[in-house]
Amino acid sequence: MFPEIFLSLSIFSILLLGVFIKNSFNLIFNLTSLIIIVTIAIILTSPNNVEKIFLDSFTRDAFSNYFKILILLSSLFVLNSSKNFIVDNKLDKFEYPIIILLSILGMFFMVSANDLILFYLGLELQSLSLYILASIDRDNLRSTESGIKYFVLSALSSGLLLYGCSLLYGFTGSTNFDLIASTLNEENAGAIFAMVFILVGLAFKVSAVPFHMWTPDVYEGAPTSITSYFAVVPKVAGLALLIKFMFIPFSNILLEWQTIIIFISIASMILGAVAAMVQKNFKRLLAYSSIGHIGYALAGVATGSISGYQSAIIYISIYVIMNIGAFSCLYLLKKDGEYKENISDLSGISKKHPLLSVSLLIILFSLAGVPPLGGFFAKFYVFVSVLEKEMYALAIIGLLTTVMSAFYYLKIIKTIYFDDSKITFEPSKNKTAQISIFASCTILTTFFLYPSILNNLVNNLFVS
Amino acid sequence: MNFPILSTLIFLPLISSLFIFLTKEKTANSSSVYISLFSSIATFLLSLFLWYSLDINTPEFQFVEEKSWINNFIKFKLGIDGISILFIVLTTFITPICILSCVNSVKVRVKEFLIAILILETFMIGVFCSLDLVIFYLFFEAGLIPMFLIIGVWGGPRRVYSAFKFFLFTLLGSVLMLVAIIVIYWLTGTTDIIQIYEIKIPKEYQNILWLAFLSSFAVKMPMWPVHTWLPDAHVEAPTAGSVILAAILLKMAGYGFLRFSIPMFPVASEYFTPLIYTLSIIAIIYTSLVALMQDDMKKLIAYSSVAHMGYVTLGIFTLTKQGIEGSIYQMISHGLISAALFLCVGVVYDRLHSRMISTYGGLVNYIPKYSFLFLVFALAALGLPGTSGFLGEFLVLTGTFQKSYLAAMLATFGVVLGAAYMLWLTKRVIFGATNNSEIKNLSDINKSELAMLVTLAFFIIFFGFYPLPLMETFSVSVNTLIKNYQIALISN
Repeated sequence: MFPEIFLSLSIFSILLLGVFIKNSFNLIFNLTSLIIIVTIAIILTSPNNVEKIFLDSFTRDAFSNYFKILILLSSLFVLNSSKNFIVDNKLDKFEYPIIILLSILGMFFMVSANDLILFYLGLELQSLSLYILASIDRDNLRSTESGIKYFVLSALSSGLLLYGCSLLYGFTGSTNFDLIASTLNEENAGAIFAMVFILVGLAFKVSAVPFHMWTPDVYEGAPTSITSYFAVVPKVAGLALLIKFMFIPFSNILLEWQTIIIFISIASMILGAVAAMVQKNFKRLLAYSSIGHIGYALAGVATGSISGYQSAIIYISIYVIMNIGAFSCLYLLKKDGEYKENISDLSGISKKHPLLSVSLLIILFSLAGVPPLGGFFAKFYVFVSVLEKEMYALAIIGLLTTVMSAFYYLKIIKTIYFDDSKITFEPSKNKTAQISIFASCTILTTFFLYPSILNNLVNNLFVS
Repeated sequence: MNFPILSTLIFLPLISSLFIFLTKEKTANSSSVYISLFSSIATFLLSLFLWYSLDINTPEFQFVEEKSWINNFIKFKLGIDGISILFIVLTTFITPICILSCVNSVKVRVKEFLIAILILETFMIGVFCSLDLVIFYLFFEAGLIPMFLIIGVWGGPRRVYSAFKFFLFTLLGSVLMLVAIIVIYWLTGTTDIIQIYEIKIPKEYQNILWLAFLSSFAVKMPMWPVHTWLPDAHVEAPTAGSVILAAILLKMAGYGFLRFSIPMFPVASEYFTPLIYTLSIIAIIYTSLVALMQDDMKKLIAYSSVAHMGYVTLGIFTLTKQGIEGSIYQMISHGLISAALFLCVGVVYDRLHSRMISTYGGLVNYIPKYSFLFLVFALAALGLPGTSGFLGEFLVLTGTFQKSYLAAMLATFGVVLGAAYMLWLTKRVIFGATNNSEIKNLSDINKSELAMLVTLAFFIIFFGFYPLPLMETFSVSVNTLIKNYQIALISN
């Protein structure tokens, strides 16, 4: 519980600081980074054994620690690489980093929750912060629109989720995950209804088809710095929660939820691949690509095996690395004080910006899952565990959609490398974004040298 | 052998490409050419040393390296035998020639081009060295990235279409192979091919797995009817790209059949032999006829490649000693001959910027040295005795006659067609009347071009008269391959 206490106390202190000091964005921003780093240190030094407190409603174990560190690290990179963007677009209000910290706190409770109530509280804390973030550029029509859209749809899904939770309580007589797991069985038809409602709510949060409608609009409408946060961090928390639900409370009704997840996974993979082909806006394209990627991660979850969950965790970890790199590239596309986000703006940039182009090349091929880059291993582990369960149709559909999605990644690479040069961007002073890109590309290209590093990390997450 | 000599061989080009990446913009062109030439020749010498020190009297894999890679799952395992060493030497031999050729033909972004070629070389050598299915797949697929860029960035007018077609066709074929590889892992508990040879895959799975591998190799080979990407890719690729594509990338599939399909799935290989015969015969006859009708030189050579690869698949699946040896010989010799022909087209293309046959005519009167070499290569391509092209086809046909008269007769008919389109091409380009006045001002080949082409011509003729060094190298390995295949069939 110590990381959460530290995080909440620091949030309140910097909130006070922000209120009393004028023009405090820089200070608050740097303090936020510091807080994140300190929290990482706290989690790293805390022991890895399982501990349950508050009437077993809060767990600290290797699983939650892994996800917390992933959430913190990715937020750190996302925040820092977007700082110049935030300042340039006059989003430099001191509340910005504080709300991000609040959403992180919400996610901490989500991944640590062992109780329906605590889980829902965490989820709502996270969601409310995200609504504000989506509409943080309040004078911009599209940003506000995306915030409202996200709020309305997300509130609906939260409602469904809550309804599912209450059904589950009604049919099992407990809100505790472990107790639910022990009382739930396949004859309990009401609980299966509850499970469906909860799945719908969670699928909405990770933007899986058919609950993905909000994603492209919100991604496109929100400022890029927020979009990159949306694309990375809440996905991690959402997937963690999904795995946790499958692993503990619903582990007895495996067959029931498996069918649903297989359907969601296949639908996401297909829609992600098909819809992204016609996109012209880079952020919108990344939105559809993220839908597809969630489909692959869910394919790992659909196996219902430990190795499947592990492969999904590896998938989402590599996905985070790739997306941080991809979004950081967007921060470098600046021309006359304006950030470009259309794919056609990338036309022929390989002549003037060779390093940026090579980075995009690596990231895009990795997103497409071409070996020997990191993205290939992510897909590889998922398909290994899918085929272990002999789910051939899922594997073959997944791999065919890989080929389809390769098409639109290739189209961007074509724009960058094969087309004629149009725009020369300003030489960027955004060092942090460059560092993020460099880190992401280095990890993706050298991943094949020692691919078991992630396996070793996730191997001991599921000892209960 | 403690020193990881195969890893050195594989990663030497990759490391030198890093050096090129770090060269300064101003001096980039000349220094990057020197670095890449130096490193590729060093790689070539290293591979020659490997060939020299390889014990060809044993079918065992040698210079085996094994490192744990993904814990408890996959080992990074490399090793070579008598078959793979020849493909490695072919790769390392062709690469310096490509680098030399790009001095004349590539004018923009030379540095990036050389980096792409060297990275590609790393992946190609990796394919021929790997003794693990996943490692093989990794290298096999990774080669797509540099080749996609080579076609797309430095290619001709329709380069985008060709590059996409190349990439997507190959990727689509390969993903099914990936499924098959993972299924094999769950069936046998390993992806190490030496262990898989011993464990033997259950009979009921073999057919479907064999087909999954075929889907990848058929596209790469390319076999009829999935060959359509090849003419497009060849036509649009720059000279060096075409050379690598024809000389090495196409050979990966043939190598894959020998290394994976036949030893791992002997029952299925037997079962599907008629299918391969049919596809090969169609490839030989149909694409030869198509080649006759081409008015683009590169397209003609591309279709002739498909026909020649038809002999390779035919020979491999006769599963006789002559057939398989002929196929390997045909692959090596086609690697040299098609490389030479594409270089020849590149030479005149650099000067007149046209690949159309109608642009040329009567070249022999103005550029005699070039014309002579072109004639040598054309004759080698149609399989004239005394060139390496003859031996391969002859052995394949000998092998086929032992199995099926019909297939052999039809394939022999393809030899005649091959002679027809090659001779007609030569007649129209080298001889005949000169209609184009620009030809009169053509300069004959310069020193570097002469060096490349004469080297290739020397080896084509040398191996035409003296095949022993090659035959000796793979003979024991091929014998073992056939022996194991027959044992597997009998025990069934």
